Amino acid sequence: MLDSKIPSGSLDQKWTSYKGHCKLVNPANKRKLEVIVVGTGLAGASAAASLGELGYQVKAFCFQDSPRRAHSIAAQGGINAAKNYQNDGDSVYRLFYDTIKGGDYRAREANVHRLAEVSVNIIDQCVAQGVPFAREYGGLLNNRSFGGTQVKRTFYAAGQTGQQLLIGAYQALERQVALGKVTMHTRHEMLDVVVIDGKARGIICRNLVTGELERHFGHAVLLCTGGYGNVFYLSTNAMGSNVTAAWKAHKKGAYFANPCFTQIHPTCIPVSGDHQSKLTLMSESLRNDGRIWVPAKTGDKRPANDIPEEERDYFLERRYPAFGNLVPRDVASRAAKERCDAGFGVGTTGQAVYLDFKYNLINKYGKAEANKQGIQHPDTDTLMRLGKEVVKEEYGNLFDMYEKITGENPYEVPMRIYPAVHYTMGGLWVDYELMTSVKGLYALGEANFSDHGANRLGASALMQGLADGYFVIPYTVGNYLADEIATKPIPTDHPAFIEAEQQAADRINRLISINGTKTVESFHKRLGKIMWEECGMARSEKGLTKAIEEIRQLKKEFWSDVKIPGSINEMNPELDKAGRVADFIELGELMCIDALDRNESCGGHFREESQTNEGEALRNDQQYAYVAAWAYQSENNWQLNKESLSFEVAKPSQRSYK
Amino acid sequence: MQHYTMNLTLKVWRQKNAGDNGHFETYPVKDISSEMSFLEMIDVLNEQLIKDGKEPIAFDHDCREGICGMCSMYINGRPHGPWQQNTTCQLHMRAYQDGDTIVVEPWRANAFPVIKDLMVDRSAFDRIIQAGGYISVNTGNAVDANATPIEKDKADEAFAAAACIGCGACVAACKNSSAMLFVGAKVSHLALLPQGSPERKNRALNMVTQMDKEGFGACTNTGACEAVCPKGISIENIARLNREYMMAGLTEDK
Repeated sequence: MLDSKIPSGSLDQKWTSYKGHCKLVNPANKRKLEVIVVGTGLAGASAAASLGELGYQVKAFCFQDSPRRAHSIAAQGGINAAKNYQNDGDSVYRLFYDTIKGGDYRAREANVHRLAEVSVNIIDQCVAQGVPFAREYGGLLNNRSFGGTQVKRTFYAAGQTGQQLLIGAYQALERQVALGKVTMHTRHEMLDVVVIDGKARGIICRNLVTGELERHFGHAVLLCTGGYGNVFYLSTNAMGSNVTAAWKAHKKGAYFANPCFTQIHPTCIPVSGDHQSKLTLMSESLRNDGRIWVPAKTGDKRPANDIPEEERDYFLERRYPAFGNLVPRDVASRAAKERCDAGFGVGTTGQAVYLDFKYNLINKYGKAEANKQGIQHPDTDTLMRLGKEVVKEEYGNLFDMYEKITGENPYEVPMRIYPAVHYTMGGLWVDYELMTSVKGLYALGEANFSDHGANRLGASALMQGLADGYFVIPYTVGNYLADEIATKPIPTDHPAFIEAEQQAADRINRLISINGTKTVESFHKRLGKIMWEECGMARSEKGLTKAIEEIRQLKKEFWSDVKIPGSINEMNPELDKAGRVADFIELGELMCIDALDRNESCGGHFREESQTNEGEALRNDQQYAYVAAWAYQSENNWQLNKESLSFEVAKPSQRSYK
Repeated sequence: MQHYTMNLTLKVWRQKNAGDNGHFETYPVKDISSEMSFLEMIDVLNEQLIKDGKEPIAFDHDCREGICGMCSMYINGRPHGPWQQNTTCQLHMRAYQDGDTIVVEPWRANAFPVIKDLMVDRSAFDRIIQAGGYISVNTGNAVDANATPIEKDKADEAFAAAACIGCGACVAACKNSSAMLFVGAKVSHLALLPQGSPERKNRALNMVTQMDKEGFGACTNTGACEAVCPKGISIENIARLNREYMMAGLTEDK
């Protein structure tokens, strides 16, 4: 039933062979074909721009006021590529292998190898667009390292890499808008996919300024709508990030794969109170230079700088000497949670650990700078001063952001950090061509499930978004559209469009007419609490079963007691939010069902029932080496389809970072 | 860090839509924690308004970490509020004391019409980028990334200009509603890099033409834009824009 359409041949030849044999569309025909792109982050903007350049007629949509706002912009640390500019032993194979291993052997080998192959083209493309990556004094590109790898392959622009990459893609997109190849619809939210004769043929969306519903035709529809971390209410996602487009596609027949695979990022600023609306990430790149520790004694309330070296527990360095502070995110997060649960946490809530830069400020950067400047026998103050200048250049914006939020100066006192929801590896099921189980409907970037398995390595999200948009979809969508050249644009008064619009209108009417007593926000917070407690960093059969029940109750209550102010035919952000939260509630249930089904621990999915004696995640390859692709049947009812994963090159082993 | 709670009076611009005249409404807000962000304080007020059966205040916001450029409040006469190099979403309530009155308005500029309450339409910025704020390189055309070394100082300077988040605070702060800092930042980012060089003349001319067409005012080098820019974009970028524009005008071959 599930055909992942992986080309035959050896792993390193599959993509080359695909490109050599896929169908092409000639330039005259491309002009007659229309492609809808929903979402304008790295995946969407790069896809829309590249397809426009090829000559297709593209219609792009985003809910923000400009395509440049998409949340890819907030990515901080960097983008991986197998350039091996550092001569430290990197290669396409190593990037492939690290990604498969980092994902705990739950990703598809062929997709990941292709990702590693095109990674090098991405850097070339971005530099050509004017992305100002960090450089060495010799004028060539600089690299840093990230978790789960032992090479330096991460390209970066201070702590604003996502911003710079997105602006590059955004500018490429706006160039196509100017050339008339892309029509941009901002402040529009997709509310349904229109499927005609089994093929995606358009979308229904709401103009968020006027409240009007609109119908748009496309020969193919690309969903580049990001992840669903906001199901947890508190996450590092933007306030507007939502699952609605992907969820509507799911209800129209697109399978949702591995929904429970959530990435909890170890280094975020801890929650300060009930008012909290979102959490802020402190880039993983900080683990290059920051050392993570807690006091060695429980309940040690002394200020961090007063705790002497021998009374500190650098628990990552202690438990994982080979990778130290640069273990993958899932491993670092669980280790921090373990220390806090055991009573060693710091800060007012005890739900935080220290990320301390002092050692490297002095010993790494300070000494190097002193050497460079020929300062003999520098004292500690001088080393600190010199070190600070270097660190400011590397991460200045992050240190400033930390200080604005907490009021503390991280150059002087260690940062307090705690894990938070950051990324979702799960998403719409796609085949090798990035097509979902609905023909002509594609999912790119974080919206799909394919490349990161059960845990994504740092600096790989930007790589995947741009790989999908710049270098994969231009080939694979052509392979589909080559058979559509005779299809005339379907008028939007076709019954399927009318019906889809009517359904969207009915739902909006129903939402606004409930007129209950509780705000949308209050439901979202309650959902988030259930998800964080039972489907967060540790999951169990008992907790998940309870969560499913609670979510079903919450859904009933939402649909009978939510209060939405204002009216339909105007700008109404509360109404928009209500639709998104309603979808998150349904997704939350499926996430728990998926987590319950997968009675093994792998990557970010930690089932308490399945761990080693040392408390590490214990995989069960015999039973669970599959992608769980869920088909929507009816309310509270999904059918599980399994795509079994075979590993021809990267043989699964117990992941070890010791 | 000592935390405290405060009671405040908010005077907020309310405007139903672009056609409405708009007016100020006064709202008391209670028990605000100094740890909250400014937008979280507005969230608290909005929840209260909804419970009271009133319409919440519409405002643009998204990432809430100071990088998407979507938030846009004019707070006590200053875009993004009192802190230096800061966005509204990163402004925290410890900037205020119990009993303070805070006036909140949308960006005010002809080129940024109000959509609702504190939300404005900044699509003029997108159209300026469309006029030339890019390097014309199709996907797949690129040479190896290290084929062209770029002086570190130049690359750093380009990055500093490219850090612009397109929020429009520069326009809101300017008495002429000039967009010169925004345009200067983009022209500088691309002109400082060898990859941007082939198109630099047309870029400067076309972007300035579009800027004028959108109804942004002229620059008188007052520097209010630089003072309020959340990303610290330097006014030197305006000087560079003027140079680029003049050079292009004098030497254009067409």
